[in-house]
Amino acid sequence: MSTPNTSIVSTPEAPAMSKTAALKDVIWALLALAVLVILPLLVPSRLMMDFVIRLAALGVFATSLNILVGYGGMVSFGHAMFFGGGAYAFGLLMQRTGVSIPVAIVGAVAFVAVISLVVGAICVRLKEIYFSFLTLAFQMLLHSLILTMTPLTGGDQGLMGGIPRPVFFGIDLSDIKSLYWFACVLAVVCLFWMRLILQSPFGYTLRMVRDNVDRARFLGIDVWRVKLYAFVLAGCFASIGGVILALFVSGAFPEFAYWTMSGEAIFMIMMGGLNVFAGPVIGAGLLLMFNDVVTRFTELHGLALGIIVLIFALGFKRGIADFIVQFVRNRLR
Amino acid sequence: MNLTELYGCVTSLSCVVTQFSTGVVIGALLFLVAAGLTLIFGVLKIVNFAHGALYMLGAYLALSAYQLSGSFAIATLVAGIGVALFALTFERFFMRRVYNADVLMQLLVCYAFILILDDAVKLVWGAEFKSMGMPEAFQSAPLFIGGGVVPVYYLFLIGVAAIIAFVLWYVLAKTRTGKIVRAAAHNPSMTSALGINTSLIYMGVFAFGGLLAGLAGALAAPIRSVSSGMGFSILIESFIVTVIGGMGSVGGALVGALLIGLVRSFGSIGFPTFVEGTMFVAMGLILILKPSGLLGKQERRA
Repeated sequence: MSTPNTSIVSTPEAPAMSKTAALKDVIWALLALAVLVILPLLVPSRLMMDFVIRLAALGVFATSLNILVGYGGMVSFGHAMFFGGGAYAFGLLMQRTGVSIPVAIVGAVAFVAVISLVVGAICVRLKEIYFSFLTLAFQMLLHSLILTMTPLTGGDQGLMGGIPRPVFFGIDLSDIKSLYWFACVLAVVCLFWMRLILQSPFGYTLRMVRDNVDRARFLGIDVWRVKLYAFVLAGCFASIGGVILALFVSGAFPEFAYWTMSGEAIFMIMMGGLNVFAGPVIGAGLLLMFNDVVTRFTELHGLALGIIVLIFALGFKRGIADFIVQFVRNRLR
Repeated sequence: MNLTELYGCVTSLSCVVTQFSTGVVIGALLFLVAAGLTLIFGVLKIVNFAHGALYMLGAYLALSAYQLSGSFAIATLVAGIGVALFALTFERFFMRRVYNADVLMQLLVCYAFILILDDAVKLVWGAEFKSMGMPEAFQSAPLFIGGGVVPVYYLFLIGVAAIIAFVLWYVLAKTRTGKIVRAAAHNPSMTSALGINTSLIYMGVFAFGGLLAGLAGALAAPIRSVSSGMGFSILIESFIVTVIGGMGSVGGALVGALLIGLVRSFGSIGFPTFVEGTMFVAMGLILILKPSGLLGKQERRA
């Protein structure tokens, strides 16, 4: 990703990524992988693996949305179109063409890249709530198309018949353990990659566009292009989240591309915190855990969730990770 | 897709009359909800995502009031006033705290209320779909106009919506209150500098939006099933209507609502699975070509 004149950019927030900072990110990524590798040895349960796989899918999805919301200041209400689009594209490629899984993943990402390029080129021109509504419109359009094109997509039944999972490089994803490794590695790689992009000069240009568009323009930055790059990147990573979930449930459903899915992603970001990179993943974990726990105890799932949301919105006024970071900083001061 | 059937309908008078009246009824209900939404956006500059939940609450309140009193007039009144009071509380104790926060916080607070209200309604009235039944006064035989069937209640509903639209226009355009509201929408700090309590105006506008949503819910109760999810779909449709008409424009909401109502009623014959898609295409086109909407004013920098 290259953008013009990024060398001038220096926000007071932080300097562009230094060697030690990069090393730190590598260590974090390796640490995360190590924990994920050891986890099934400590807690050998199917439930735990299911949870982590879902977390991998939704964590990547929420973090990709945070590229737009947190770093770009663009509140997209339609991000699930890329999540669902990725899941459907992957599923259809596997069902209809018989390519191997890695090829299908690349194909799905390429498909979503094209969609997000077209949608983004139109959407990122608009400001604030108008951007939000236009992304919502495109998403609902895709959702309607999925419902309408029954012969291809299965309509409201979703992509039925299961997604074949042929062995590749000796990896058999129909085995839950292999799927667990695969999802973990894929998610960590994606997260690390997003982190790299966000810490790069491009990432800081994006922050500047968020904070002060006029200044960015004045420095000769093509704002539209920066926003579009971010939009396409976010879409591509979201599609990988969709692929992971499609692999897990062995199918794709219209709900993947529905606005509630976008809403949940926004909610995960807000719950976890949008100013800390890991915030959305933490938020995704919290929401998943919360859903699992609450549905076990009460029918009134919405009531409980609503109260928690209110506590977050009016009490903490920020996500949990943001809250902790700020708390620690205040203590150290 | 079944365009031949749509063509068949458009060329037969009876079908046109039936579908047209259905479309206008959908549009009338949509207008009541969207008018409140657009008014709140115009004055407070916030999007009340919980507006659909207010509509739902109105329908449930009307249902109970009707069962207790047996009078549809009382039921409508109870729904309108009850929801207005609820909206007032919601604004005072919750929304007001996030006026200055970013749109995400507002979204979150509204989302919380949608979740809570949906479940609260289930708790109080039960989870199953309810139906109110047609009030006795409207149980007469439907009218036949040009071979098309038009229930009497449809005419009543359209009439009520038209009266409300007129009153709304009159108050906003011709009265002192309307002037103050418009001033507060245009430049709140200047308005308050002139000694007008803008906080009170905000509260009033929010409560009035609630009143409209409550009335819409009550009017919808006899013809639609009352359920805890009913707020969601009307919320999305009201968004489309406000965007098409122009956010903040009440006249635009009327035009947009009728447009969407007709698209829905005729579309359900020609392309039933793509009705929603069509509405979103319309909204997308408006946003691309004229983001301020059909009747919205171009944004001016204060």
